[in-house]
Amino acid sequence: MENNQPSFYEEVRGKGISRKEFLKFCTAMAAMLGLETSGIGQIVKALETKPRLPVIWFHFQECTCCSESFIRASHPLVASIILDKISLDYQETLMAASGVQAEEAYKTVMAKYPGQYIVMVEGSIPTENEAYCCIGGRSAYQILNEAVANAKAVVAWGNCASAGCVQAASPNPTGAKPVHKVISGKPVINVQGCPPIADVMAGVVVHLLTFDRIPQLDGMGRPKSFYSRRVHDTCYRRANFDAGLFVESFDDEGAKRGYCLFKMGCKGPVTYNSCGIIKWNDGISYPIQSGHPCIGCAEAGFWDNGPFYQHLPGVKGFGIETTADKIGVGLGVTAAVGMAGHAIMTNVRKHREITNTPEPASETQTNKE
Amino acid sequence: MRSRTIPMREVFVWELPVRLYHWINALCILSLCITGYLIGAPLAIVNGTEAYYNYWFGTVRFIHFVSAFLFFFNFLFRIYWGFSGNEFSRWYNFIPYKRSQWREMLNVIKVDVLQITHKPIDSIGHNALASFIYFITFLIFLVQCLTGFGMYAAMSKAFLPKLFAWVVPLFGGDMHVRQVHHILMWSFIIFALLHVYLVFYHDYIERRGVTSSMIGGWKFVEEDVVERHNLDFKEKGDN
Repeated sequence: MENNQPSFYEEVRGKGISRKEFLKFCTAMAAMLGLETSGIGQIVKALETKPRLPVIWFHFQECTCCSESFIRASHPLVASIILDKISLDYQETLMAASGVQAEEAYKTVMAKYPGQYIVMVEGSIPTENEAYCCIGGRSAYQILNEAVANAKAVVAWGNCASAGCVQAASPNPTGAKPVHKVISGKPVINVQGCPPIADVMAGVVVHLLTFDRIPQLDGMGRPKSFYSRRVHDTCYRRANFDAGLFVESFDDEGAKRGYCLFKMGCKGPVTYNSCGIIKWNDGISYPIQSGHPCIGCAEAGFWDNGPFYQHLPGVKGFGIETTADKIGVGLGVTAAVGMAGHAIMTNVRKHREITNTPEPASETQTNKE
Repeated sequence: MRSRTIPMREVFVWELPVRLYHWINALCILSLCITGYLIGAPLAIVNGTEAYYNYWFGTVRFIHFVSAFLFFFNFLFRIYWGFSGNEFSRWYNFIPYKRSQWREMLNVIKVDVLQITHKPIDSIGHNALASFIYFITFLIFLVQCLTGFGMYAAMSKAFLPKLFAWVVPLFGGDMHVRQVHHILMWSFIIFALLHVYLVFYHDYIERRGVTSSMIGGWKFVEEDVVERHNLDFKEKGDN
C-alpha cells in the first residue's frame, strides 16, 4: 500500500492528543483484544507507521444504530480510529459527498486498492425482491457483491449484517439475509449486537490494522476476543444466580436488592457478548446493571425468540405465550388420561387373561393361526 | 386358593450390566429432570438475604452436570453392550430393519394398545414396539447429550465438553439449543409415565415377572414360547 497519507499517530498528534493519551489507548485496545504485553508494542507500531486502511462502509436495511454507537464512543481515539484512521472513503451517513461524487468515492477505492480495502456493512440485504433496498438505482445485493469481489475482508456490523436482526424476523417480508449468506469467498467478521459496543468495533478495526489479518472467530463468525463468553458468565449479578436469589417482578424487593434477572426473561445465559465487562457509555452501565434483563441482541434470531420477559421462548404454532412447559404438562395430562382409560379397557377386554378363564373354542382357533 | 398350572420356564434375559445400566439410567433421568426443570423455573425458596449466604441454585446445577456426565457414560456403555451382550440386549433388537419386526409392532398395537385381538405376543425380551420406542429414546438421549454438552462447552475448559462446541453454531445459537434441550426433557417425563404404566400392565396381564426381571434378570416364559424362540434363533443362525 503506497500512500502519502499520515499515519494514525501523526493524525491524532496533529489534533492535539498527547503521546501519553495515544499509548493509553493502545494499551486499552491490547487489553480488550486479549493480547499479551508485547501486543501493545505491535499496536503502537502499527498505528504509528501503517498507512490508512481503505474502507467502504455500506448502509443497507438498517437503522444506523451501529454508526450511532460508534460515533458516540466515549474515548475520542475510539471515534477517530474509524473517522480518521481508516478514514472512510465511503460512508453514507458521515461523508460530505453525495450523488455522483459519493458513488465515485467508493468506485475509486475499488479501482485503486483491489484486494486491500475492507468492506464494512451495516444492515441486511433483501433477497425476496432486491428492489426493497436500492442505492443510486442499484440493489444492495448488486452493490455488495460488486464491492466484495475485490475486497480483502468484510466486516458485518451489528445484528442486521450478521444475522438479519428485526428485518429477518418472522415473517421476514423482504427476505432479508445477513452478509455471510449473500456473498461467498471472503472472510466475514460478524460484529454482533444491536448495536455492537463501540469499543468492540474499534477493537476489530485495530486488530485488522495491526495484524493485517482477521481476528480469530467463533463458530458463529464472531471475534473470539469479544464474543467467547456469555453475558451471564461475566455478569456482576451472577452471585445472586448461584445463590438462587431472583427478581420475581420488576418492583419487588429482589429488584431493589439487585438480584438475578433470570426469571424476568434475561437472555444473558444464552447470549455471547462483552456487555458485562466493557459495558456501555464509557463503562458506565449496561442493561442488566440498569435493572433490565438482557434481550439477547447479539444472538441470531433474537426477535423470534421472544417474549423478552419470559425465560423460555414461545413455541411456534401454539401462540407466543405458550412455552414448552405448558405443552409438556398438557401432554402429561393427556398421557395420564390415556393410561387411565387404557387401564379400564384392559380390565374389561383382557378379563380372561386376568382371571385365567379358558377362552371359547372359536377364539382359541384364531389364535393358533 | 386360585392357581394355574401351565408349563413355564425361567429364562435369563437381562444380564447384570443391562440391569445396572437400567437403574443408573433411571436415577440419572430422575435427577436430571428434577434439577433440569428447576434450572428452567427456579423456585423462590430464598429471599431477602445476601448472595454470600446461599448457593442452592449452584448446587442444583452441579447435580445436573454430574448426573449428565454419569448419564452420558452410562449411555455409551449401553451402546457398547449392544454389541457384546446377549441376544436380548443386542443392537438388532432395537432397529426395525426386518419385516418381522414391523409385523410384530402391528400385532402389539392390536393386542396391547387397541386390544382388538388377544393373541399373546411371543417375544421374550422387549417386544418389537417397545424396542423401537427404546431406539427413539436412544436418539433422544443422543440429542440431549449433544445439546447439553453443547451449552456446557462455552463455560468449560475440559476436553470432553469442548468436543461439543460445534453444536451451538449448528443450531444457530444458545437460545435454540436451550429450547430443544428443554422440550426433550418432557419426552423423558412422558416416557417415564408410560414406561412405568406399561410395566404394570404387562405384569398384570402376562404374569411373566417383567417387573422383577429388571432386578433379578430372569423372566418366566411359557415353555412353547421358549421352544419356538430357540427354533427361530437356530434357523436364523448367528447373524
